[in-house]
Amino acid sequence: MPSIDTSATIRKTITVDAPRERAFEVFTAGHGKWWPAQYHIGTSEFETAVIEPGEGGRWYERGADGTECNWGRVLVWDPPDRLVLAWQISAAWQFDAELVTEVEVRFVAESPQRTRVELEHRHLDRYREQADAMRSTFDAPQGWSGILEQYAAATRS
Amino acid sequence: MTTYQTALGALGDPTRRAIVEVLAGGPRAVGELARDLPVSRPAVSQHLKVLKDAELVIDRRAGTRRVYQLDPAGIGELRAWLDRFWTDALDAYRAAVEQPEEH
Repeated sequence: MPSIDTSATIRKTITVDAPRERAFEVFTAGHGKWWPAQYHIGTSEFETAVIEPGEGGRWYERGADGTECNWGRVLVWDPPDRLVLAWQISAAWQFDAELVTEVEVRFVAESPQRTRVELEHRHLDRYREQADAMRSTFDAPQGWSGILEQYAAATRS
Repeated sequence: MTTYQTALGALGDPTRRAIVEVLAGGPRAVGELARDLPVSRPAVSQHLKVLKDAELVIDRRAGTRRVYQLDPAGIGELRAWLDRFWTDALDAYRAAVEQPEEH
């Protein structure tokens, strides 16, 4: 069993035969070259995925028809050591500005020509919070139940 | 939070990951899972109990059989999906990094 702090966190490690600089470069500037095309949320056919360099940069996909679809943004840009991205894709596979889960990628030199890439996708508990928040919105008097009651009252009058 | 810890622990076992992957293809009875996987039926039942406690799967009775499927309301399914997704993505990334550099 993992230790307690791994709750709501996915961790993956992979080692690549390349210096850290290249590992970082391919992850970011070469993002669209390796991102598996079947993983996308836009309605148009997937063309490429982009991580804009620098803090605050956008993380998005571009479809074959030119439309862009946000996935999140760059939170930390620290080449060639570290990258933190905000993954803002909801459980319904749509961009949600209110939802921020984090993907941290660390590039650790095992030797000058070998890099360990540690990826951590964390704060997945925020999906639960989001689901709870949505439920309470629907349950609130001004939410759906309230609207339906008003509707029911209107039909009776 | 408990759910995530449970889900994470549940997916730490390769047989349980295999069960989740089979169920991603659609609902299955216990016997069908035991037939498709290299594990005994009682072992499959044990694994299914853990997955159910972790809110990854739900079950229903269909005649004399009990049928299991991924829990559509469970965050566990999303989590399992993300776990598989990052494995795929990083494999593709490694292939790209280790390609000869273009000059």
